[in-house]
Amino acid sequence: MAALSIRALSKRYANLEVLKGIDLDIESGEFTVLVGPSGCGKSTLLNIVAGLDRASDGTIEIGGRVVNDVPPKDRDIAMVFQSYALYPSMTVRQNITFGMECRHVAKAEQEKALANVAKLLQIEPLLGRKPSQLSGGQRQRVAMGRALVRDPLLFLFDEPLSNLDAKLRVEMRMEIKRLHQRIGATIVYVTHDQIEAMTMATRIAVMHRGVVQQFADPDTVYRYPANLFVARFMGSPPMNSMPARLEANAGGPVAVIGAGRPDEVRIHLQDYDAATSYVGREVVLGIRPECIAEGDRVFSAATGAPVIVTAPVELVEPTGAETIVLLRLGGEPAQARISPDIRPTPGGTASFALDTRRICLFDPETERLIA
Amino acid sequence: MTDAVSTATRPGWPATSDMVRRLPEYLMIWVPLLLSAAHLISFSIWTIWISFTPSTLVPVTGWVGLRNYNSVLASRNWQIAFDNLLLFGIAFVLLSLITGLVLAILLDQRIRGENVLRTIFLYPLAVSFVVTGTVWSWLLNPGIGIEKLVHDLGWSSFHFDWLVNRDMAIWTIVIAAIWQSSGFAMALFLAGLRSVDTDIIRAAQIDGAGPIRTYWRVILPTLWPITITVVVVQLQFAISAFDLVRALTNGGPGIATQLPALVVYDLMFQRSQLGRGAAAAVLMLLILLAVLLPYAAWRYVQRRQAAHA
Repeated sequence: MAALSIRALSKRYANLEVLKGIDLDIESGEFTVLVGPSGCGKSTLLNIVAGLDRASDGTIEIGGRVVNDVPPKDRDIAMVFQSYALYPSMTVRQNITFGMECRHVAKAEQEKALANVAKLLQIEPLLGRKPSQLSGGQRQRVAMGRALVRDPLLFLFDEPLSNLDAKLRVEMRMEIKRLHQRIGATIVYVTHDQIEAMTMATRIAVMHRGVVQQFADPDTVYRYPANLFVARFMGSPPMNSMPARLEANAGGPVAVIGAGRPDEVRIHLQDYDAATSYVGREVVLGIRPECIAEGDRVFSAATGAPVIVTAPVELVEPTGAETIVLLRLGGEPAQARISPDIRPTPGGTASFALDTRRICLFDPETERLIA
Repeated sequence: MTDAVSTATRPGWPATSDMVRRLPEYLMIWVPLLLSAAHLISFSIWTIWISFTPSTLVPVTGWVGLRNYNSVLASRNWQIAFDNLLLFGIAFVLLSLITGLVLAILLDQRIRGENVLRTIFLYPLAVSFVVTGTVWSWLLNPGIGIEKLVHDLGWSSFHFDWLVNRDMAIWTIVIAAIWQSSGFAMALFLAGLRSVDTDIIRAAQIDGAGPIRTYWRVILPTLWPITITVVVVQLQFAISAFDLVRALTNGGPGIATQLPALVVYDLMFQRSQLGRGAAAAVLMLLILLAVLLPYAAWRYVQRRQAAHA
């Protein structure tokens, strides 16, 4: 059953169209992450789903019921806000039970639900405190407790981790994921952080300029980005993209980067049948940084030998776990992730191995994925 | 001065040049501050001293202990003034709080013309108390004001003579004072309402709280620091109220609307009893301190807690 269906939804403020024909179907039990840069409309979409904002057009169904005209409290949803939005004058206990109080749930039942949630989130010792006496991580837990205690059809999270420091964010990220696995809730989670999206989601909706660019599971979004925007937004460092020319060749086309230059790079593409119609034309070639490695790297189960190139090194950034190298492929800048113990000299050249199976080709006009 | 400037331009004297550069600031802050502090403190001490002397028309030396205080406290004038102050202070503060809060909540509903309404409600604050008192004395005068208006409209049995009614006259001061200062309470409350995180209101909406419950349980509890500030400011106005009452009822009818400040004025300038007048003024100061000291203590505790958090 679809927990949430959004059909042809749009939102206009005066002349500004912030959401343009959004269609999403979210299955029960899914952890969907809406991700995109700020101003892409993801928070507006979440607010419309919550009923805090009205759509200009289109329908929203929650649990098979059209809720366009249903007030937030009757939509069977719970929301966690970026600012946590805890009621400052109430204790943690009152914060969590306030919703049940409004819905006239019996006292004994309230206590039971409170005890369950407090145990689940390990906030029992905090129940008597006021929000001002809690740390950021504790407030976050209480905000989740307030949502969990409702046991709704749909959980909505609006950038819940962005106010936490980096270390706590990673911890809470794992905790939310664990929570999802344990209670199997349906979650719609808004973030601008592509790592949060990749690590937590069962499906990702990448948004840009009020349009869903791609809605797919994390692996598909990463491996087959629907267009250049998605390719560059997901992944850190982002996917390298550079102009290339497709040339005909027996057994699959050849992509040439920097055609005509003495250091041009020729890459044989196998299983790229969709690209045959682009032979003889310019395309945009996308290659993830981890697909460019030190020259003696053997990519697992690689069919045939990898493409080995010698390229000038411009900059070396050791991160500890790996070394990021800025190099030039056929004159085009690209980033490579190589082993941490290899440090090529900036200004010199080094040899690199390219994993050619994971190359993406994009149409230079439409910026859509070709193959 | 020229000397100071010449040393300021000499290298190696950064402290002096800094002093000179900031001299206007120091002058502008410290001279008026010291002058007003000296006035305030020296005249307060002067008044306190007078209150222990047998001064009548002119200040004289001598020591009469608490005689002036006893006589003021025993006078009917002061007793009525004190009772009136209690009634006026409590009624005025509570009602102006409620009026201000209700106005602020109504204005907070994202209504059209909010700026105009806000200005209208706040405007009485810009009017002098004497003007307020005079205008309200006309409005409330049965012969020329509201009562006459209603009579002329045809409701001849309408009766609204609080201004000349011994038991109700104090309420006319309450009405005029509320008209004058509930806009102030409204402005502070509105600022408080606007500073509430909108996400909190949205959370309450999702939790299923209606508007009344949202205000009562979620928003209003965040306003109590503002409420205390409003109460203290209004109370100190109530305690020192003089011009409004003088223009509106002048303590009358009889001495029915007497207030402490009027008693002080009456003793000092009309009966030429400086000593007793000073004693009454010191009593007013004590009442004021009874309000301000707990407030200062509360502020201190708040700041300590904030520093610890």
